[in-house]
Amino acid sequence: MSTQIAPTHRFRQLFRGPLGVLLTLAYIGAITALLILEPRSLLWRLLLFTALALIYFIPQRPAVKVILSVLLLAIVVPTVGLRNPFLLEIGFQVAVFATLALGLNVVVGFAGLLDLGYIAFFAVGAYLWAFFGSQQLWHLNDPPGTFSIYPTFPLAAWWFWIFIPLAILAATATGILLGFPVLRLRGDYLAIVTLGFGEVIRVLANNLDKPINLTNGPQGITPIQRPPLPPFLTSPEVLATLSGWAGRPIGLNDVYGFFFYFMGLIVLIVTIIIARRLEHSKLGRSWTAIREDDVAAVAMGVPLRRTKLTAFAIGAAFSGAMGVLYASNRTFVSPETFSLTASISILVMVILGGLGSIPGVVLGAAVVTLLNIDILQTLSLLLSSLRQGNEVIPLLGVPWKNLPTQLDPARYQRFVFGLLLIFMMIFRPEGMVPAERARLELHESEEEFSPEVKLEGDAMPEEQPVD
Amino acid sequence: MRLRRVNPIKEILRPLGQLLIFVIGSAVIISAFVLLLALLLRPTRTDIDIFQVSLILLPQVLIDGITLGFMYAIIAMGYTMVYGVLEFINFAHGEFVMFGAFAGVELLIWLNAQGVLRTSEMWLALLWLVLAVLLGMSVGGALAVSAERFAYRPLRGTPRLVPLIAAIGVSFLLQDTMRFLQSAINGDFYRTFPEFGPFAQRLTLFSLSIDERPINIAVQYKAILLISFAIIMLVALNYLVNATRLGKAIRSVAQDQRTASLMGIDVNRIIALTFLIGGAMGGAAGVLWTFRFTRADPYMGFIPGLKAFTAAVLGGIGSIVGAMLGGMVLGLLESFAASYFSIFSRGAFGAEYKDIFAFGILILVLIFRPQGLLGGKTTQKA
Repeated sequence: MSTQIAPTHRFRQLFRGPLGVLLTLAYIGAITALLILEPRSLLWRLLLFTALALIYFIPQRPAVKVILSVLLLAIVVPTVGLRNPFLLEIGFQVAVFATLALGLNVVVGFAGLLDLGYIAFFAVGAYLWAFFGSQQLWHLNDPPGTFSIYPTFPLAAWWFWIFIPLAILAATATGILLGFPVLRLRGDYLAIVTLGFGEVIRVLANNLDKPINLTNGPQGITPIQRPPLPPFLTSPEVLATLSGWAGRPIGLNDVYGFFFYFMGLIVLIVTIIIARRLEHSKLGRSWTAIREDDVAAVAMGVPLRRTKLTAFAIGAAFSGAMGVLYASNRTFVSPETFSLTASISILVMVILGGLGSIPGVVLGAAVVTLLNIDILQTLSLLLSSLRQGNEVIPLLGVPWKNLPTQLDPARYQRFVFGLLLIFMMIFRPEGMVPAERARLELHESEEEFSPEVKLEGDAMPEEQPVD
Repeated sequence: MRLRRVNPIKEILRPLGQLLIFVIGSAVIISAFVLLLALLLRPTRTDIDIFQVSLILLPQVLIDGITLGFMYAIIAMGYTMVYGVLEFINFAHGEFVMFGAFAGVELLIWLNAQGVLRTSEMWLALLWLVLAVLLGMSVGGALAVSAERFAYRPLRGTPRLVPLIAAIGVSFLLQDTMRFLQSAINGDFYRTFPEFGPFAQRLTLFSLSIDERPINIAVQYKAILLISFAIIMLVALNYLVNATRLGKAIRSVAQDQRTASLMGIDVNRIIALTFLIGGAMGGAAGVLWTFRFTRADPYMGFIPGLKAFTAAVLGGIGSIVGAMLGGMVLGLLESFAASYFSIFSRGAFGAEYKDIFAFGILILVLIFRPQGLLGGKTTQKA
C-alpha cells in the first residue's frame, strides 16, 4: 500500500511553501487562458475542476487554500462564464448536487441508514414551489397540457424566499412520517421502503393531474418563477458593461446564470459548515454510535429511534430546500427528474467520495454531476457527429452510420453507476477521500499508513526502500 | 429444525394443500370485501349498478390476480431463500428475472424465424414453451451464481450496507448491459413474445346469467398453463428444501453458518446453490411474465422484483410458505385495485395507482406486523 502512496506524496511535496502557491496559480492561470481561448472544450473544463481538487490536496495553510479557492470560484469561473455560460450552469448543478449529497451523507454516511428514495424529498420541495410559484393554481380544473394565458402569477416572485423554509418543513415532515414506522426495524427495510417511496412520489407526480390537476401530469409544470434579482444587477448600464466585457450580448438569462451560480456556492458553503458542525456535535457522535453498534449505543443511553429519525429528517430537509432552488433555476419540473436513477446517482456521489467524508462527498458530487451533464453528453454529441460521416469503426469494420441510435452514451448512466458501485464496494468501500474513521475501520487488518508518520520517517535511513 | 423422517408424498401434498387454501382463502376474503363495499356504495351511485358491474368483472379479476400472485410467489422465492440464508436483500433479483425473460423470448423468436413455431398442436407448442422456460431458468440461475461469486462473496462479512449497495450496483449494471446487448444486436432495446400455439383460446368453465345477461366464466389456456407451471415449481422447491439432503443443508446454513460448516457442510457451495435455485426460479418467472404480458425490456424486472420482495415481507421473509401466501395476497390485491379503483372512485383514480397500493401494503405490514403474516423468527427488531 505504501508503495502506491509514495509517488502521490512526492507530488504533494511539490506544492509546499510559496513556490507551491505560485505553481498552483500558474496552473489556474494556464487553464483560464486555455478556457478563454477555447470556451467550449470539455477537456479544459474538466481541468478547471481538477484545479479545485488540487487546492484541496496541496499542503498549504487553510487561509492560503481559502484565498486560492475564492480566486478560482469567485473570479476565474465567472470570468470564463461570461464567455461560456454553460460553465456557470455546471457550477450551479455541482453545488446543488453536492448539497444533496451532503444531505444524503448525513443519512447514509453519518447514521448508516440506506435511503434509496432520497430524490423523493427533492421532489417534494420542487413540486411545492412549482405549484405555488407557477400558474398551476389557476389550472386546477383544466386538463393537463393547457397552455397558460394569464400574464400574472398567483404569488409574487419574492415568495421564493419564504418557500425555502416551507419546503424544508414539508420535506422534514414527510421524512418523519415515512421514517417513523420504518426506523424501528432493521436497516434493510428502510432501503426497500424508501425505494418504494421514491416510486410512489414519482407515480403521484405523474398521475395527480386528475381528478384535480395538481401536478400537470407527465408534461410537468412550467413556467416557474425565479427569485427577483436585485435591481442594480438588471439595469441597462450594467448589462451593457457586462456585454462589453464578454464580447457578446448579456441578457437577463445570463445574469440569472451568475445569480444561481453564486447562490449555489453560498448554499454549498453553508451546508458544508452545517454538516461539519453536525458531524462533531453530540448528535453526530450519537449517529456514529448507532451506525457502529446500535446495541452498545442504546446501552450508553442514545435514544435509538429518535436519533435515526433526526438523521433521516435532516437529510430530507436538505433535499427539500434544494428542490425549491432547482425548480426555480430550471423554471420547469416534471416527474422524469425524480427517477430512481437520480436517487442512485446521489448515492453514487456519496459512495464514490467516501461515506461520511465531507470533502469526499463534494468531490464525488462534482465527478458524478460532470459525468451526468457534461461528459456523457459530450460523448453522445461526438458519437452522433461520427454517425453523420462515412468513417468505419476501427477493429470492428462496421461504419459508424450503421450504429443503432439506442447506443447513446447519455442513456447508459445506470451502467456507469452500477459499475462504480460494485467496484467501489469491492475495492475501495471507504471512497476516494475516506473519512478518517472509515479508513481505519475498513483497513484495520492492513498495514497502517499515516502521512505524518511517513513524512518524519523519510529522514530515517531504516525507512528507506532497500533497492 | 425438524429431525424427523420425511414422507415424500406428504411433502408434495402439503404445499399443494397450502396453496389451495391460500388461493381460495385470499380470493374469497378479498372478493367478499369488494362485493360488500359495492353493495354499500350501491345506493349512492345512480349512473351504474355498481354491484352488478363488480360481479361481472369479478371472475376475470380473480383469474388475473391469481396468475399474477403465482408469478410474484415464484419471484419472491429468490428473495426469501437468499434472505433466509444470508439475511441480505438481493436487489438484483429482478434483473435475473429480466435476463431469464430475454433468454426465453430470444429462443422463441429464433424458433419462430426457423418456422417451427407455426403449429396449432397444443403439445408441440407446450414443448417449445417448456424449452423456453428451461432456458430462462438456466440463464437466471447462471447469472445469479456469477453475481454471487463475483460481487457478493467478496463482500461477505463486511458491514451490512456494503453488500446492499453492491446489489444495487449489480442491478443497474445488468439492466444497462441487457439494454446495450439488445441495442447493439437488434437496434432496439425491447423484444416481443412471439404469438404461437393455441394459448389464447379460452376454456369455458360454466356460464350463468345475472339479470338475463349471460356471463361466460372462461379461462385462457395461457392462465391455466401459467398457474400449472407455477404450482409445479413451487411444489418442487418446497420438496427440495424440506425433503432432500440439499434442502437440509440449506436450512442448516440458514440457521447457523458456522455450526453448519462444523457439521461438514460446504457453506460457500450451499450459498451458491441457494442463489442458483432462486435465480432459476426468477428466470422461469421472467419467461412466464413475458408470456403473460408479451413485452420484455431491460427495466421490466425492477418493479415486479420490488413487489415480490413486498410479497416476501408480507408473508414473512425467510419463509417459503409465507412467500407463497404473500405473493397470492399481493397479486390479488393488485389485480383488484387495478380493476375496481376506477369504478369505485368514478374514474378519478385509475389502475396507475396499483403500484402505490403495493407499497402502501408494505409500509402497513412493516408498521403492524413486521414479522409478516406467517413469519416468526427471522425478523429481529432494530
